[in-house]
Amino acid sequence: MENTITVSVTVNGTPYQRSVDPRTLLSDFLRNDLELTGTHVGCEHGVCGACTVLLDGEAVRSCLLFAPQVDGHEIITVEGLGTLDNLHPLQEAFREAHALQCGFCTPGILTTLVPYLEENPNPTEEEIREAISGNLCRCTGYQHIIDAVKLAAEKTDP
Amino acid sequence: MTYKVIGKRVKRVEDPRLLTGQALFVGDVSLPGMLYAAFFRSDYAHAKVISIDISQALEIPGVVGVYTAEDMGDDWEPGPPLVSPPPTLENVVFNSRRQVPLVKGKVKHAGEIIAVVIAESRYIAEDAAEEILVEFEPLPAVVDLEKCLEPGSVLVHDDLDTNLAAHLIQNKGDYEGARKEADLVISRRFHLDRGAAAALENRGIVADWDEKNQHLTVWDATQSPIPIRNGLAARLGLRTHQVRVVAPFVGGGFGPKIMMFYAEEMVLPWISMKLGKPIKWIEDRRENFYATTQEREQIHDVEMALSKEGHILGIKQKFIHDTGAFNPYGLTTPLNTQSHSMGGYDVQNYYSDLTVVFTNKTIVTPVRGAGRPQGIYIVERMLDIAARELELDPMEVRRLNFIPPDAFPYDHEIIDQAFATLIFDSGNYEPAFDKALEMLGYEDFIKNEQPRLRAEGKYVGIGIVPFVETTGVGPYEGARVSVEPSGKISAATGVGTQGQSHMTAFAQVIAEQLGVEVSDVSMVTGDTAEFHWGTGTFASRGAVVAGNAVNAAAGDVRLKVLKLASKILETPEEELVLEDGMVRVADKPDQSISLGELALLANPLRGAVEPGTEPGLESTKYFGPAFGATAFGVHGMILEVDPETMMINIRKYITVEDCGTMINPLVVEGQIHGGVSMGIGNAYYEKLHYDENAQLLNASLADYLIPGSTEMPHIEVHHANTPAPNNELGTKGVGEAGAIPVPAVFAQALENALHDYDLEILETPLSPNRLYELLQKKEDNS
Repeated sequence: MENTITVSVTVNGTPYQRSVDPRTLLSDFLRNDLELTGTHVGCEHGVCGACTVLLDGEAVRSCLLFAPQVDGHEIITVEGLGTLDNLHPLQEAFREAHALQCGFCTPGILTTLVPYLEENPNPTEEEIREAISGNLCRCTGYQHIIDAVKLAAEKTDP
Repeated sequence: MTYKVIGKRVKRVEDPRLLTGQALFVGDVSLPGMLYAAFFRSDYAHAKVISIDISQALEIPGVVGVYTAEDMGDDWEPGPPLVSPPPTLENVVFNSRRQVPLVKGKVKHAGEIIAVVIAESRYIAEDAAEEILVEFEPLPAVVDLEKCLEPGSVLVHDDLDTNLAAHLIQNKGDYEGARKEADLVISRRFHLDRGAAAALENRGIVADWDEKNQHLTVWDATQSPIPIRNGLAARLGLRTHQVRVVAPFVGGGFGPKIMMFYAEEMVLPWISMKLGKPIKWIEDRRENFYATTQEREQIHDVEMALSKEGHILGIKQKFIHDTGAFNPYGLTTPLNTQSHSMGGYDVQNYYSDLTVVFTNKTIVTPVRGAGRPQGIYIVERMLDIAARELELDPMEVRRLNFIPPDAFPYDHEIIDQAFATLIFDSGNYEPAFDKALEMLGYEDFIKNEQPRLRAEGKYVGIGIVPFVETTGVGPYEGARVSVEPSGKISAATGVGTQGQSHMTAFAQVIAEQLGVEVSDVSMVTGDTAEFHWGTGTFASRGAVVAGNAVNAAAGDVRLKVLKLASKILETPEEELVLEDGMVRVADKPDQSISLGELALLANPLRGAVEPGTEPGLESTKYFGPAFGATAFGVHGMILEVDPETMMINIRKYITVEDCGTMINPLVVEGQIHGGVSMGIGNAYYEKLHYDENAQLLNASLADYLIPGSTEMPHIEVHHANTPAPNNELGTKGVGEAGAIPVPAVFAQALENALHDYDLEILETPLSPNRLYELLQKKEDNS
């Protein structure tokens, strides 16, 4: 590739350096260049929220950012939340409450909620609905997601 | 029957992979040397292709090839007919016109593919697609369902002298006779419009031809990998064993990922074989709006004849169904409308005249509900209107007309979407209906709460609608279950999974039969290398058809286990129990053998297997029902309308669902929640706006609004249980149920809320804007 740019970024605690086409979307960078395919792409116009990742701790849409924009920053993706054997408490609650069906939107909903719950450990149902109102889910009608968030909040509440 | 595992709210085995981003979707498939496809699609809905110039596209570095219809030569052919028209009816007109891989001559809907670019990256492929120059001669578009049948109309298919795709009449009893006896005959015209399935995952394909191995592997976000494999083999001149189609985790299906043979499904494997390289394409959202199938556009003229007590004496309807530019999926959807326009009622006289038309819009195939929501909408709207005119309680009118519990199996004397006689196998409607009224607090709302809220100036209304859903139709599904030497169970079935929890629900059925943990069962779904007989995941049939096949195979393995264990433990089979992965002698827990040991003994490396027996503890079984299992349900809502903004607030939503035996109630509830969410979209948010040029005006998720968390109410679910009599598990389908009655409930509640306006709602989907228009019209007229 003639025109490339170097991106240095820490993803899920691991530092990476890659040369990419400057127009590479962050979502494509994560999925293709770093092979972290847990971040899903549903609309590529910033509406569905499936591609949400944490940029320096804040939930952002990776389809609306170019990879070079995160140079020098820190990203957390769904792969950085928990592992198969050691699920994040929110992931555990999602399983418990059947908060996912096809699971395609789930990574973006988890990454939206993790920082939200850190700042709002005991949200009301209305607040939870507001918090995930930028994430589309076509399978669940959101109800079990709300149940899961309540469950996670209860469990982490001392 | 008392179950230990079936009926339990078991946590899903597929979840950890999905929750941690480790589950494989088609978009995650990455192969060495993989190339990427991008399509040049027509912006015009109807246009002649005069010339195609690909020269500039070919010059872009990284472009490997550009293909048009001409390049396919003799390999160019339309997709296969999938569901041919009903052979059992007389005088059926059916003009089959199927979608094509690449446009030849004339574009018939916007989004059809003119050319495909193959390049080293998706970015390059899309750049190159922009450099393709196509000269079109635009033609007037066929849009209107009625005008398209007028003489002299522009034609979608020039080789037909009409835009008529199909016509058939189904008749039961004597409607005209019944009409003469009636105290009241009402007639209305209904407009039902299009929506999108809008699965969060768009479609996607990775096709990989291995020249040395002479083998094609296709990862496809499809609901029906087996028919796709069989069709691809036939098209590409391969034996079926040379083609493997894998539907890995699929991010929502809802109908359009059915065995459509989409253009991309035909073209990309063909190019992979030409190039000997793996090729990947993931649909983008805009393509999804134009190229992925849609549903629901119909115009109905309906008549209902009633006695003054409210008995339905007969229903007559003439309706037009828009199939879009092609009709690969036959008559499934409008036949479902015909089957559901009598609801769960005892209707003795029924006349239904169906016309299907071609238009220059995106192809229509089933979307969750598949013609049923339209049928339920019609009959329930008509009953609401009839009750008003007869001054009867609308709920009583429904109660009066329900098919009584002793009338099952109830033969409707018409054919259903599976071309079998429409028979409702079982049901007990009134108790479920009463339960719904109780849950919603119907009496109290009407008598106390509504008057109180109205006095406060609030526009609140209530709606309750019962519905039926024909589910679990054939032809058949199959399953293989085997005990591994480790004692774990491996199983496979042909139906793919798009979120329905098959890997858990089917594992529960196996765990029940074999006395193992659900987590000990590894279930493969949707991989033709693992199981290659079956049709797919659609028509609310997984738990019924595949579920019972799994049950039959696991039951057969159980018999094999018992037979072998009986010999080894020297104990009669009836004294053996299967639990904790062991076969034990009842009351003598120390006398036991593990399933793993038995599996090893059943597959010896030396010695002889007895003649007439099969090695291993494995069985493959099939289930094919003569007719389906009919589910029933009731939905109710209390709704508030803001008369300034026309925004709505659903204050309460309840459902009673009777899907027979539930394998996993948690999963059933999830299916209902999701269905209701789609139904609410169908009722008030989701309409595909086509203009007079058959251009879709809202082809993005920013413009086509699917319900978000703030639009959805809390849904209270109650289960009734009338087990299906014709399958061993007693299951009925529930995948589509949630979506079916919602527009009808919504219309009833909205009319009730806007009582002062005396509004009659005869269309769906509505929207705040459309509701405002309807109210304005009312005011202008009065």
